Amino acid sequence: MNPALEARPAPDRDPAWAGRVFWWSLALVLLWPLAVATEFRPWVLVEPDNLKVTAKFVQSFFPPALGAEFLGLVAREAWRTVAIATAGMTLALLLAVPLTLLSTSALSVSALSGRMARAPFWFRQALRWLLILLRSVPELVWALVFVRVVGLGPTAGVLAIALTYGGMLGKVYGEILESGEAHPTQTLMRNGSGRLQALFYGLLPQNAAELTSYTVYRWECAIRSSVVLGFVGAGGLGQQLDNSMKMFNGGEVATILLVFMVLVALADTLSAGLRKALG
Amino acid sequence: MDGPVNVESKLPDRPPNRPSNLTPQIPPIRLPPPIFSLRSRACWFALALAALVLASFWTLNLQWGQFLSLDAARSMGRFVAEFYPPDTSPAFLKKLALATIETLAMSALGTAMAAVAGLLLCLPASRLPGSSAAPGGQAERTGFRMPTRWLLNALRSIPELVWAALLLISAGLGPMAGTLALALHTTGVLGRLFAESVENAPPGPALALRTQGVGRFRVFLYATLPQVLPQLLSYTLYRWENNIRAAAVLGVVGAGGLGQLLSFHMGLFQMGKTAGVLAAMLFLVVLVDGLSHLSRRRLTR
Repeated sequence: MNPALEARPAPDRDPAWAGRVFWWSLALVLLWPLAVATEFRPWVLVEPDNLKVTAKFVQSFFPPALGAEFLGLVAREAWRTVAIATAGMTLALLLAVPLTLLSTSALSVSALSGRMARAPFWFRQALRWLLILLRSVPELVWALVFVRVVGLGPTAGVLAIALTYGGMLGKVYGEILESGEAHPTQTLMRNGSGRLQALFYGLLPQNAAELTSYTVYRWECAIRSSVVLGFVGAGGLGQQLDNSMKMFNGGEVATILLVFMVLVALADTLSAGLRKALG
Repeated sequence: MDGPVNVESKLPDRPPNRPSNLTPQIPPIRLPPPIFSLRSRACWFALALAALVLASFWTLNLQWGQFLSLDAARSMGRFVAEFYPPDTSPAFLKKLALATIETLAMSALGTAMAAVAGLLLCLPASRLPGSSAAPGGQAERTGFRMPTRWLLNALRSIPELVWAALLLISAGLGPMAGTLALALHTTGVLGRLFAESVENAPPGPALALRTQGVGRFRVFLYATLPQVLPQLLSYTLYRWENNIRAAAVLGVVGAGGLGQLLSFHMGLFQMGKTAGVLAAMLFLVVLVDGLSHLSRRRLTR
């Protein structure tokens, strides 16, 4: 019998352990400079003084603040958070839809016969760069800028979400429209339909479900980020959380965090349900 | 024989009962929902959406008048004009480079810690294949699954920035709070994704080892993990990309990196330096975007 096929007893040890130990040690050695660069000293967390402060703060989480007045305030701020996200998304759509229609190559007439002509190509490219620029500035930075210009309050948050999400929506809408089946749209345009007709009867029916589903998903993300925007003074739950944290009021922090988690879970369920219904 | 006569079957050149599956299959056309009919759900959904949008704008009391006024335009113009010229002195550029490296280090270390923690937490959070010796591969239910999932959801639902603000109290100002915040939030995200891919792994190899009497932990190490490792790696890399973007702004609450420089200089109205930080941030984000786009295209080609 071929000795290679003979049953051998299983090794009692991982035959590849030397290599594994080597790669893990290498990873640790590579992580070390990162730990130095981030001043990562976890033992600071368990120093007695520090531990006392932390324990006191965490202890003050219980019981959560449940006064009627405070709950009313939190409910109002929670609604404001949703409202900032919704208003921001509405403005973002107003920004994204025209930019998408102008920048998508799916509706190019000159591309029907070979390559897109040069002028429309560079026009579309410039709009695409604008979208990338809008998207690349984090919404928190937009909010910081707008807080300076329009003052503290929800206006800065709405504008920040509108600009960043406008960029994101515009870019992804363009990708969705271009990745679908181009045949119906091109046939319509080849037979002399206008671009808007081709959009409404060729491009949109095909991609509507995906576009809507992405929009709903982004609305959910906007709720999350509108909480974060509150930290720079753009109103909503985040601002309330920031205030309570600065006053070391653990009970209020706990309540707001719980409300926020419920809000995110609700938005999550709603958006998942809607996206499932869209198929 | 009265009643309608089947004309088609009388035609001589056609075979009589043509099987229907030879006719070309036209995919069913989904008509758009009747949005203007009060009986359709889509109509009520559209109405609810319109109400939500109107209520949002109504209650927010946005200061459009103030924002669109000449005054605001002038102050916006002054604000933007102050950005010029950006500070390009060597000392400041060095500071910027250090902060950029700090941002990258925060994101890398935070993601690495989250990957390890996520891997540890995905074990109790998933039904491991072959964790029961039954030959049918009926996965065993343990009491830890739901609590661990709740923990992961809680970690995930609190954004990095809120974690950073909470951690400032125990970790102090500086990049460590930011690193820990990234690690906590990402643990929630990665733990859930890891648990899902572990549960969806083909159970064959795990069952083979399990029926040989290998312990559960070693079954995971030598059967399940090698199968899902590429997917786990790609999730981790994707989160790292996200975390670089998040780390750039985390500092706004004082948790280190470029964001801390930004809020510092903006607070002091040093607009030239602020412009420099903004440019560095934008550069970092665009660079990461471009690299990930390129590598994705290369990998999928």
